[in-house]
Amino acid sequence: MDHIVKSYEDELKRLRELIARMGGLAERQVADSAYALVRRDSELAGEVVGRDAPIDALEREVDAFCVRLLALRQPMASDLRFIVAALKISQDIERIGDYARNVAKRSIIISGQPFLGGVNGFQWMAQLVQRNLKDSIDAFVRDDADLAERVWAADAPVDDIYTGIFREMLTHMMEDPRNITAATHMLFIAKNFERIGDHATNIAETVHYAVRGAVLPEDRPKADVSADFAGPATGTPGP
Amino acid sequence: MGQNMGSTAGAAPVNAAQAAAASARASAVAETAQRSAGAPAGSFGGMTARSSAMMNPARVAIRDLSFFYGANKALKGITLDLPDRQVTGMIGPSGCGKSTLLRVLNRMYSLYPGQRAEGEVMLDGRNLIADDADLNALRAKVGMVFQKPTPFPMTIHENIAFGIRLHERLSRAEMDERVEWALTRAALWPEVKDRLGASAMGLSGGQQQRLCIARTIAVRPDVILFDEPTSALDPISTLKIEELIDELKRDFTIAIVTHNMQQAARCADQVAFFYLGELVEVAPAAEIFTAPRQKRTQEYVTGRFG
Repeated sequence: MDHIVKSYEDELKRLRELIARMGGLAERQVADSAYALVRRDSELAGEVVGRDAPIDALEREVDAFCVRLLALRQPMASDLRFIVAALKISQDIERIGDYARNVAKRSIIISGQPFLGGVNGFQWMAQLVQRNLKDSIDAFVRDDADLAERVWAADAPVDDIYTGIFREMLTHMMEDPRNITAATHMLFIAKNFERIGDHATNIAETVHYAVRGAVLPEDRPKADVSADFAGPATGTPGP
Repeated sequence: MGQNMGSTAGAAPVNAAQAAAASARASAVAETAQRSAGAPAGSFGGMTARSSAMMNPARVAIRDLSFFYGANKALKGITLDLPDRQVTGMIGPSGCGKSTLLRVLNRMYSLYPGQRAEGEVMLDGRNLIADDADLNALRAKVGMVFQKPTPFPMTIHENIAFGIRLHERLSRAEMDERVEWALTRAALWPEVKDRLGASAMGLSGGQQQRLCIARTIAVRPDVILFDEPTSALDPISTLKIEELIDELKRDFTIAIVTHNMQQAARCADQVAFFYLGELVEVAPAAEIFTAPRQKRTQEYVTGRFG
């Protein structure tokens, strides 16, 4: 149902649109950074690096707009949850943009060297986090708590792939120390995608609260075991 | 408490195989649904405004209360507790019955023919709305403060002393002491202590309202009813009254009817939403204003009503 005060309703709509636009930009950044990485396309990677500023600008706009709404409209209940959610989600999207830019930067650095291991893991991981990001933003735009809940529960495969890449890179580094530079960059790239997935999950959690008014349990299914993982030959503890 | 339960029961094993993780996921989601039905949804990322969890035991217990203006049923089977030494805010659109309920609580309606109440309003083991209830004793126990300040055209001192004399015989010294106590509790003493003999009509609106509050607490009631006590006051006087209500709830059980939702949010421990003579929802203030359960409450507090 619409708000009695039409200008307030319009402002809430505008906030929804701002987040949708931010989300759209971030989705494209994640997609292009993954494409640039896999295709060794430094030019596209350069574009990705340059396209982070508009996301940052939108985040500041959302911030200011939310504070203004909180001060002037004194929102209650679902409106309050919606505005606080927008505030938090814009921060998540901004971070996602940063991670995508970092992937692009590193893919420029390693573009001159042969790809260590297979690209499949990276491709698959990037696809999964893109889907989660898109779904979580869609869930926000459509007030869809069920979709948000599905995203929230679908992060474990991303963690699995990350763990796999972690082991693979460790092996390359141990086989030949000349791989260390590239492998470290690859590891950070994988970590960036993994973090993007985490932020998508955060967004889903926030959407769930905004729509339902109840929080999801603290413990989310996780499958990243790299923190417990010991190196294959030496038995030294992982990072 | 709900939080602890959740983290133990829903703890997903970090090292478990994926199949196990998947089933944990499913049960965690199912558990969320349960929790959201049972636990107070007032927690906002762990942060709660005011006492969201604990309501004191009832000081006034309203049970299946109906009220009639002639043939018109203005309250329909209200069941509501006013928790001891806490503030209950009553909100709802005009004509929803919230002011009527307040008027039932100190039997104001008995002044008018054709108005009657059914059900129970229990205070100290007695039904206030029984025919044989002692109205004078009741009104000493249940005080009321109105929308417009209503000082008597007397001195400030007499405004307070007048009501006390109806219920108690005090010596002059005792009376002076009680007047000072009441004015102090009403946060008015420093402003009037040098002019107790001056007319109360010379006070500002905000001061007059605090004088009325002093007059109400002077007879040391158990319950104080506020009927839109600040709607005729400026914002600073309003804040002073709200601060006063916060302070007074240490000793008194308070019910406040207000059209100002932010005021209910600021003052009340629990909030009751009325609509068309029915109690739609009652919950801790933080819950009503962040995550109400009823659709009509949601629509009303967000300004989408009707």
